Amino acid sequence: MTGSTAAGHERSAAFEYLTTKKDEFVGWARKFSLFPYPFVTACCAMEFMSVSSTLYDTDRFGAALPRFTPRQSDLLMVVGTVTHKQAPILKKVYEQMCEPKWVIAFGVCASSGGFYQNYAALPGIDKIIPVDLYIPGCPPRPEMVIDGIMKLQDRIARDRHPIINRDF
Amino acid sequence: MGTPQQVFDRINSSLGASVLESSVAHGILALTVEAGRVGEIARALKDDFGFDMFLDVTAVDWPERKPRFDVVYHFYSTSDHVRVRVKTRVPAEDPVVDTLVPLYGSARYMERECHEMYGIVFRGNDDLRPLLLYEGFVGHPLRKDYPKRKEQPLVPYRK
Repeated sequence: MTGSTAAGHERSAAFEYLTTKKDEFVGWARKFSLFPYPFVTACCAMEFMSVSSTLYDTDRFGAALPRFTPRQSDLLMVVGTVTHKQAPILKKVYEQMCEPKWVIAFGVCASSGGFYQNYAALPGIDKIIPVDLYIPGCPPRPEMVIDGIMKLQDRIARDRHPIINRDF
Repeated sequence: MGTPQQVFDRINSSLGASVLESSVAHGILALTVEAGRVGEIARALKDDFGFDMFLDVTAVDWPERKPRFDVVYHFYSTSDHVRVRVKTRVPAEDPVVDTLVPLYGSARYMERECHEMYGIVFRGNDDLRPLLLYEGFVGHPLRKDYPKRKEQPLVPYRK
């Protein structure tokens, strides 16, 4: 075609395309579309509600929409104490999540068992599933949770994002 | 009906022969009885004195003492608004008391919990499966000799 373009569309060189790397592009997309699955077992739930609702608003980070099925989520937030009796459930929930997936241990109990060093409590969920981010505190301040989510986003942005996962 | 003290006095004068020790602590009448008499005391409290609510049964472990365990019951009267505590002692070799399930249905679950936590056997309770613990748990975690850090994980730990 010479001399004419489609009506209303001026062809120019600016912003017609851009170059990026596949990992950067996929990482950028993934870091703003975290779908958390709240595995909420204890009092940290109050802080989770606080951080996800209006005042602190995790929606600003693209981590707002909790999916109540692990099959639709990619961020497992373990909020609260996990007992040995609950451990098989947590393990099953984790295994049901599709790749890619990330895990946040929210609060000291999920991170290490906290002060529950006894017959009942699991001393940290990293005993049974891999954890990407630990947020300490009893409960953590909302600022700490937001900081944690942003750190995780940075990590996702920097990560490799293979099209075919090595686990396949 | 009456003041708590009047209720306590009536209980003491009626059951005094069957109890080893009677005192009032924190506004609660505390009766110490022989292990074999818990059933009859509970029946008398329920039928004769209106203690229609079974609050709790738990145990206390005295590792150095013989007999080793206290089994502690709490009853409440919803008409008089008073509480009675019944304590009995059982030895570690044979920690058996009679069940209160025929009197109070709710005893079924509280006895299950007391059984798994302290190993007290409630003769006549046919369902002493673990309630808060899980199948396969070995030992009784609220006994003083249960190691504090001992873990019995259901899911094998990651390496």
